[in-house]
Amino acid sequence: MTMTYREAVRQALREALANDPRVFLMGEDVGRYGGTYAVSKGFIEEFGPERIRDAPLSELAFVGAGIGAALGGMRPIVEVMTVNFSLLALDQIVNTAALFRHMSGGQFSVPVVIRMATGAGRQLAAQHSHSLENWYAHVPGITVLAPATIDDARGMLRPALADPDPVVIFEHALLYNFEGELSDAWGSVDIRSAKILRPGRDVTLIAYGGTVWKALDAAKELAAEGIEAEVLDLRVLRPLDDATVMGSVRRTRRAVVVDEGWRTGSLAAEVMARIVEQAFYDLDAPPVRVCSEEVPMPYAKHLEDAALPQVPKIVAAVRQLLGKT
Amino acid sequence: MIEFKLPSLGAEMDEGTLLEWKVKPGDHVKRGDVVAVIDTSKSAIDVEIWEEGEIYELVHEPNETLPVGTVLALLLQPGETPAHAEEEKRRKAAETAAAALASAPASAPTPASAPTPAPSPSPMPAATTEAAASRRRISPAARARAQELEVDLAVVTGTGPQGAITLEDVAKAAAAAAQPRDRAVEMRRAIAAAMARSKREIPHYYLATDIPLVGAGRWLAARNAGRSVTERVLMAVPLLKAVALALKKYPELNGYFRDGALQPGSGIHLGVAISLRQGGLIAPAIHDVDAMRLDDLMHALTDLVARARALSLKSSEMSDATVTVTNLGDQGVDLVHGVIYPPQVALVGFGKVALRPWVEDGQITVAPVVTASLSADHRASDGHRGALFLSEVAALLQEPEKLDTGAG
Repeated sequence: MTMTYREAVRQALREALANDPRVFLMGEDVGRYGGTYAVSKGFIEEFGPERIRDAPLSELAFVGAGIGAALGGMRPIVEVMTVNFSLLALDQIVNTAALFRHMSGGQFSVPVVIRMATGAGRQLAAQHSHSLENWYAHVPGITVLAPATIDDARGMLRPALADPDPVVIFEHALLYNFEGELSDAWGSVDIRSAKILRPGRDVTLIAYGGTVWKALDAAKELAAEGIEAEVLDLRVLRPLDDATVMGSVRRTRRAVVVDEGWRTGSLAAEVMARIVEQAFYDLDAPPVRVCSEEVPMPYAKHLEDAALPQVPKIVAAVRQLLGKT
Repeated sequence: MIEFKLPSLGAEMDEGTLLEWKVKPGDHVKRGDVVAVIDTSKSAIDVEIWEEGEIYELVHEPNETLPVGTVLALLLQPGETPAHAEEEKRRKAAETAAAALASAPASAPTPASAPTPAPSPSPMPAATTEAAASRRRISPAARARAQELEVDLAVVTGTGPQGAITLEDVAKAAAAAAQPRDRAVEMRRAIAAAMARSKREIPHYYLATDIPLVGAGRWLAARNAGRSVTERVLMAVPLLKAVALALKKYPELNGYFRDGALQPGSGIHLGVAISLRQGGLIAPAIHDVDAMRLDDLMHALTDLVARARALSLKSSEMSDATVTVTNLGDQGVDLVHGVIYPPQVALVGFGKVALRPWVEDGQITVAPVVTASLSADHRASDGHRGALFLSEVAALLQEPEKLDTGAG
């Protein structure tokens, strides 16, 4: 069945709301407006304002309220408009949600799911366009997900809600209109493993979220030159699935990490560090990364395009890695 | 500090395999000492050194195949200390590194500084220290595989990013090394290369003359009478000696043609073409033949043939010949049109010594006659001089007793 990423997220939310009375959706504009990205359009009529709750413009307050509700036995899904704004709620997520199990000696857990949009490409300028997934992937105590495929958009919410600890889900803003096939396997997706989306022999392109499709497009272009690129979707940014990454890199012996975050201190840096730590002697070339340029995301279209990882940059990186330039 | 480099032991040689060191660090060597055994495509050669000093360091291990010119060992000159040598080594390493950096492709990425708008992926940091620059780039996987397959990385060419050696490069080198070294094939290839070069580059001219050997034959028979078989001198020896003496008068036939000019030989070192039992041929030199007495020349010839067939020659014998003499008389041919062994400028050939009708003083007689031929490089000499040379050889052979001159 073909559907948009938005529709897949929507179906996942509706299923959760329908199947578990403890689940409710809370966030800015999720109710009357139907969601900033129109994910929850019509939900307020279907499930009522008790369960589809418009929150005031205070991320600290409503994320904190969600954590409190989770402690109280509910299964809240809190939506933050973009990861840039989530910094206002960072104290609640990092200092409270992530730590509660530890600091209560295991007495309390926080089964909250926090969804947020991330990424650039829609000319929303610097304050709405950054990729800060690595900030969250740094923190022990939470699980960080980056659904990039229709299956993951549809399937990841269920295991996220079932997880007794906080789960942060990043939805790349560019993906909502993306259309793809929902496979029969969506019901069994996990939130622990990375996945190889395209097998290849010569190099592993490691991507997540918004860069997965760019990596796949790059692989297609490289295939025309006789270079078989494997595309690995990280899917889960914390904990990282080292086994799948190393398994792939040990086979292809070359890695290009594609990450929309800024290069310095990026998630790509972490992935590369692990590759070098664990698979150094299997490498046939130094790992390479394609990241965003280290500038605030520009508003102007051509500058925004230039600042982001793009297919030609990925292709060029692979060629360089294979000594073909 | 003296660098002892892998010498070229023939025009076709561009690499050799170090088989054995005959010296070790601390040994004192002098001119002419054999220091190593090198396997060329033709045979194993004892390589001599031409300078005096103390072995400081053996740079390469046996069983490495190395290009001609590779530094094999470092020697201390008289009066030099290890400290001198170390300092010079550091200086050379720095020079090599500088050269390597200078020759790096202009597009090589430089260390990232400011954010660059160029569509370059994370640049691989350029080497920033001399040590890193002088170190070869070898991927970890390639290094591991090379160890596993016992591939010598020093002779592998890198095709990866910035010239790094990759797994594929190692695999290719291993595959190449796995092919058994077939000496017959390699020798054929070496001869093919040298002869093709000769015919490609050298404008040959050919002359021949019949030389009666009545007197020489008689003189030799008388000389050999009463001697044991091993002490007898064969006709090949006066022929060689006559050639050597004639070359003294016609030096433009003795030497090398290099860089567009004749380079006269430093002595008269006759390369003697010796066919090998397993096929192929080799033309090692007998040095300073013009100054050798016939008994010594006979002895040298016997020794050379034996050692050539046992593949045990010295480097100077392999590389020093200034002219080649080939004798195909035993095979029954009358005349040789020889192909010059580059960069030499002449080749003298002899056919069989046969009884032929011969006109002498208006009378037809039967006499032993040999046809001597000259193939010469027209860039270095002209036919007129070549003809005079052959006449000189003929004249010398008419007075064989005068050939037996020389230093002891």
